[in-house]
Amino acid sequence: MNLKQTIRHFHYVLTENPVTFFAFFLFGVIILAALFGPWLVPYDPLATNASIALQPPNASHIFGTDQLGRDVFSRVVVATRLDLGIATSAVALAFVVGSALGCMAGFFGGWADRVIGRLSDTIMAFPLFVLAMGIVSALGNSVENIVYATAIINLPFYARVARAETFVRRDAGFVQAARLCGTSDARILTTQVFPNILPPMMIQISLNMGWAILNAAGLSFIGLGVRPPDAEWGIMVAEGASYIISGEWWLVLFPGVALMLCVFCFNLLGDGLRDLVDPLRRN
Amino acid sequence: MKRRTFIKTLGLTAQGAAILPFLRHIPAEAAGKSDTLVVIAGHSINSLDLHRKGTNRPSYQVTVNIYDRLVRFGTKTLADGSLTYDSTVIEPEVAESWSIADDGKSITFTINPKAIFWDGSPVTAQDVKWSFDRAVSLGGFPAVQMKAGSMTNPEQFVVVDDKTFRIDLPKPSKLTLPDLAVPIPFIINAKEAQKHATEKDPWATEYLHKTPAGSGAYKVTRWDPGQQFVYERNENWALGPKPGLKRVIVREVPSAATRRALIERQNADLYMDIPAKDAKELQAKGDVDIAGAPIDNCLHVLALNLSHKPFDDLKVRQAIAYALPYEDIISLAAYGRGKPMFGGKNKTPTDTQWPQPFPYQQDLKKAAALLQEAGYAQGFETTLSYNLGLADWQEPTALLIQQALKQININVTLDKIPGANWRTAALVEKRLPMHLENFGGWLNYPDYYFFWAYKSGHLFNSSNYKNDTIETLVDETLHMETSHPSYADHVKKMIAIAFEEVPRIPLYQPYLDAAMQKNVSGYTAWFHRQLDCRNLKKA
Amino acid sequence: MQAKVLQISARLLQSLPSILGIVVISFALTRALPGDPAVYFAGAMADQASIEQVRQALGLDKTLLEQFFIYAKNLLNGDLGMSLSTGRPVLEELLTRLPASIELTLMGLGLSILIAVPLGILAATRPMSWIDHLCRILVTAGVSLPTFFTGLFLIYIFYYLLGWAPSPLGRLDIIYLPPEHVTGSYLIDSLIARDMEVFWASLKQLILPTVTLGLFALAPIARMTRAAMLNTLASDYIRTARASGLAETKLLITYALRNAMLPILTTLGMVFSFLLGANVLVEKVFSWPGIGSYAIEALVASDYAAVQGFVLSMALLFTFVNLLVDIILTLIDPRVALDS
Repeated sequence: MNLKQTIRHFHYVLTENPVTFFAFFLFGVIILAALFGPWLVPYDPLATNASIALQPPNASHIFGTDQLGRDVFSRVVVATRLDLGIATSAVALAFVVGSALGCMAGFFGGWADRVIGRLSDTIMAFPLFVLAMGIVSALGNSVENIVYATAIINLPFYARVARAETFVRRDAGFVQAARLCGTSDARILTTQVFPNILPPMMIQISLNMGWAILNAAGLSFIGLGVRPPDAEWGIMVAEGASYIISGEWWLVLFPGVALMLCVFCFNLLGDGLRDLVDPLRRN
Repeated sequence: MKRRTFIKTLGLTAQGAAILPFLRHIPAEAAGKSDTLVVIAGHSINSLDLHRKGTNRPSYQVTVNIYDRLVRFGTKTLADGSLTYDSTVIEPEVAESWSIADDGKSITFTINPKAIFWDGSPVTAQDVKWSFDRAVSLGGFPAVQMKAGSMTNPEQFVVVDDKTFRIDLPKPSKLTLPDLAVPIPFIINAKEAQKHATEKDPWATEYLHKTPAGSGAYKVTRWDPGQQFVYERNENWALGPKPGLKRVIVREVPSAATRRALIERQNADLYMDIPAKDAKELQAKGDVDIAGAPIDNCLHVLALNLSHKPFDDLKVRQAIAYALPYEDIISLAAYGRGKPMFGGKNKTPTDTQWPQPFPYQQDLKKAAALLQEAGYAQGFETTLSYNLGLADWQEPTALLIQQALKQININVTLDKIPGANWRTAALVEKRLPMHLENFGGWLNYPDYYFFWAYKSGHLFNSSNYKNDTIETLVDETLHMETSHPSYADHVKKMIAIAFEEVPRIPLYQPYLDAAMQKNVSGYTAWFHRQLDCRNLKKA
Repeated sequence: MQAKVLQISARLLQSLPSILGIVVISFALTRALPGDPAVYFAGAMADQASIEQVRQALGLDKTLLEQFFIYAKNLLNGDLGMSLSTGRPVLEELLTRLPASIELTLMGLGLSILIAVPLGILAATRPMSWIDHLCRILVTAGVSLPTFFTGLFLIYIFYYLLGWAPSPLGRLDIIYLPPEHVTGSYLIDSLIARDMEVFWASLKQLILPTVTLGLFALAPIARMTRAAMLNTLASDYIRTARASGLAETKLLITYALRNAMLPILTTLGMVFSFLLGANVLVEKVFSWPGIGSYAIEALVASDYAAVQGFVLSMALLFTFVNLLVDIILTLIDPRVALDS
C-alpha cells in the first residue's frame, strides 16, 4: 500500500466515523497544548498571590484561581506537557521492554517463553494499582519513579500481545524464507517479525496512554504523585477533590475535564487505530 | 435527609428494636436523644492500651476517657468563651490529696476511697504501682514521657499502705506533678490484668490491648477496628461531676471532604481536629459552632539544619527569617487559625511568655543585604521537606516559602516525605536541610520546649543546633520551680538566644479546632489534642 | 470428568511459581519501603534506646534473609503476622475486610454487566450507527474519569446537595449493627437473618460506590461484547439461522450471545481483578472498610506484615478468579481445554 492509498484510507476512516474524527481533532489540540502551552498561557502557573486566592472563574481568570492564588487555566494548559510526558515515556518504556521480551518469548519458545511468561504472570497477579503504589513509595515520588512504576505494571500487556503475535508468525512464509536465506534470528526478529506485530501493538499503546494518565492521577490522590509545585492534572484533581464540598468546584472541574478529555481521546484513538489497521476494513 | 427526618427514622427503628430479642441498632433507643454523641475523626485508633508498642496518637483519647490518673489539670474559660485546660491548676483525681516532702524529693498520695474499678474493686496503691512500673518498664514513648517527670525506675514507686502511694525522686522537679496528669501514667486494675499476664508477657499487653481494665468515667463497649468505637458511661464513676453523655460513638472517616459533608449535613455531632480552612468557613457560615484555642507550647516552624551549609551561617538564617511571607502563610495555610509569631517589637524578650512573637517580619531588602554579607548574593539551592501526613498546612506553607525565597535567589526544591519515613529522616537521622516542623510540649513550660527542641541531640532538635549557653541554661532551669528567683531570667535568656540565632523560625502558633452542632457544649481543648468526653453535653 | 479434575489440578500447579514469585516480590517490596518501622512504632518522643527495643521486638534487627525465612515459615503455618498499625493479626483483619471489598466489587461488576452487555449487543446489531457511536462515547467516558473523582462528585450531588443517598460512612449507617456473620456479605447475611431493614440499609450504602465502580467497568465489557457479537453475527451458522427465518431476538440471545460468551467471560475475569485494584481509591472516598483502604494505610505506615498479607491475598484471589473463569469456560464450551 503506497502513501496515497494510506491517506485515502485514513480519510475514509475519519469521515466514516465522526467519533474517530473527533478523537484525532482532540489529539491535535492536546499535542499543541503540550508543545506550546507555556507560551500560550496568560499567567505564570507557579506564581502565588495571596490577594486573589480561591476566586471563582471571572474575566481575568477564566478558570478561577486556586488556594494559593495561582491561575487555574494556566496550570491546566501547562500541565498537558508533563502529563503527556509521563504517559508517553511510561508507555514507550513498557512498549520497548515488553515487546522485546514478548518477541523473544514467542520466537524462541522453550525456557525463554516460560521464564518471561511466569514473570509477566507474576506482575499481572498483583493488584496493579497497589503494585504501582508500592514501587513509587519504595523509590520515592519523583516523576521518573512514577514513569517506572507505570511502565512496570503495563509491561505484561505488551509482552503478552507481542508473544501471541510473534508466535503466530514464527513459522510464517516470510520468516521461513528469510531463515532459508541464512538471515540470523536477531535480524529476522527485528526486520521481519517486529514490523508486522506493530499494528496490534499500536492499539495497545493508545489504550495504555489513557491508563497511564489515570494511574498517575490515582497516585496523586493518595499523595504519591508528582512533586509540587509542578502543575499536573492528577494532583490538581486530587487536591481539588477536597474542595468540592466547600463549594470551590472550579478547582476540580477544569483539570478533571482536561484529564477526562485526554484519556477519552486516547481511548477513542485506540479504537480508531484498530479500524485503520484492520485489514478487513481496508478497501 | 434533613435533621428532622433523620431523627424520625431513628424513632421508627427504635420502636422496631424494642420488639426484637437482640439489639440490632447500637444507639437506636438513644440516638437523637441528648445523651448520645456521634463524633467523626480522620484517623483510626489501633489499640486500647497506650503503653503498648506501636499504639498510635489517635488511640491516646481512649486512655484519656477510660482510665483515671492520680491527678488531672483544671479547666478555664477563655476570653471568647471557649474552654481549655489550665496548665497551672492541678486537681485531684484518684488521689484525694498529696503532700510534697520538705526536701522536694518525694510526693505522697492518698488514694480516694471513691476510686472504684469497673469490676467493683477499690483502686489501691498496689494498682498504681503496677501501672507506673509498667509505664517505665515497657520502654518506648511511655518510658520517655515518665522520664520527663524524673520517673525512670520501678524502685521510685513505693506502696506505703493500701491507700497511700509514694513517688521518690532523685531531685525536686516542677515537672513531676504535671507529668502525672498527662495520658501516660493511667491506673490499671492490676489484679485483673495480672490474671492475664504470662511469662512472655508479664505486663499483659496482649490482654489490655483489646480489653481495658480501668476505673474511668467511660468504658469502651465496642471496637470495630478501622471503623468505629463506642464509649459508654461508667455510672459508678465518682471522681468528678457526672458526665453528661451516656454514650459516645466515634466513627473513623478517612476522607476530610466526607467529614465536612457529615458535619454540615448534621449527621455527626462533633468533628475533632478539623482542618483550618473548614474551621474558618464553617465559622463564617454559622450553622455549626467552632471551638478552638491556640495549642499551648506548640509552634509551627521552619527549621534550618545547621549541619548543612549554608545554614551554619547565622546571617543566612536571619536572612531567611526576614524573607518568609508570614502573613500569606497565616492567611493561606493557617486560614487565620494561627496566632502570629512574627513582628515582635523587641529584639530581646521582656517577659517569659512562650511562645511569643519573634522580632522578624518579611523585609526582602534586609534579607538580600544579609545574604550578601554572608557571601551568598548569588543565592543557593536547597531542599525544603515536609510531611505528607500534615500536607494540609505544610504544603501551602512550603509553596509560599518557595516562592518568597526565589526572590532572594534561593532556589528551593520541595520534597514531600511519607509519614513512615518522616520521623526517621527529620527527627532521628536529622538529615533534612530545611523542613517544616510542629513540635508541641505536653508540659507547658518554655524550658520544657527548649529541652526537646533546642538541646543538642534531642529528638525535636531537627536543626542539629548546639549552643553551650542553651545547654547549661536548660539543664539548670528544667526542674526549677517557676517561683525561683532566677527562673524568669533564665527563660528570657533562652528566648533571646532563640530570637537571635533562629535555627527554628516560628511561623505561627496553631489552633486545635473542633466543629460541633449548636446543641453540643462543654468542648474543652486539651494539650494532648484528644477529645475528653467527660465535660461534653448535648441539649 | 477425571480428565477435567486432572486439568484443574495441573492448572493449580501452574500458578504455584507465580505465587512463590509474589511472596518474594511482596517481601522485597516492603523492605524497600522508605522509613523505619521501629522508629515509626516507637511513637512520638521515643529515644534511641526505645527505638532499638522496638526493633528487636519486631525482629527487624535480624538479617533480611533470616527475616524472609521467618516470614515464609510463618506463612506455611497460616500465620500472616501482626499488623502494627491496627494492632491485630493480619489474617483476622483480612478476613473481616475482604468480604466488604468483594461485596462491593461484585456489585460493581454486576451493575456493569447489566448495562454493558445489552449496550454491547445493541451496538453490535447496528454497527456504525449513531447508537453505536453513542454507546462508544458513553462507555469510554466512564473509563476516562478517575474513580475518586466520580465518587466524590456523586457524594456531592446525591448526598450533600440532594440528600438522597445515606451518609458515605462505610457499609452501614451508624444506627445499625451488622447482621450476624455467615458469609460476610451484609446483603446476604441480613437476608439470612430475615432482617429487611438492615438489608435495605446496607443496599443503600452500596449504591454510590457501586455506581462509581460500575461506570469504570462498562467500557471493557461493552467493547468485548460488541466485538464478540460482531464476530459471531458474521459467522455462517448465524447467517444460516437467519435465512431459515429464526426470530431476531431468539437468534441474538440463544445463538449469537451464547457463542460470544467465551471472550466475554474471559474479559469478566480480567475486569474483576482490575476492579479489585480500582477499589483501593473508591474505598478511601466512601470510608469503606475493605482491604484497599487497609492497604493504603499500611503502605504509608510501612506496616510490612499488613502490606505483604494484602498483596498475597489479592494475588491468591486473582489466581482463583482466573481459575474459576477457566473452569466455567470448559463447562459451557466443551471445545475449550483448560491448558489452552
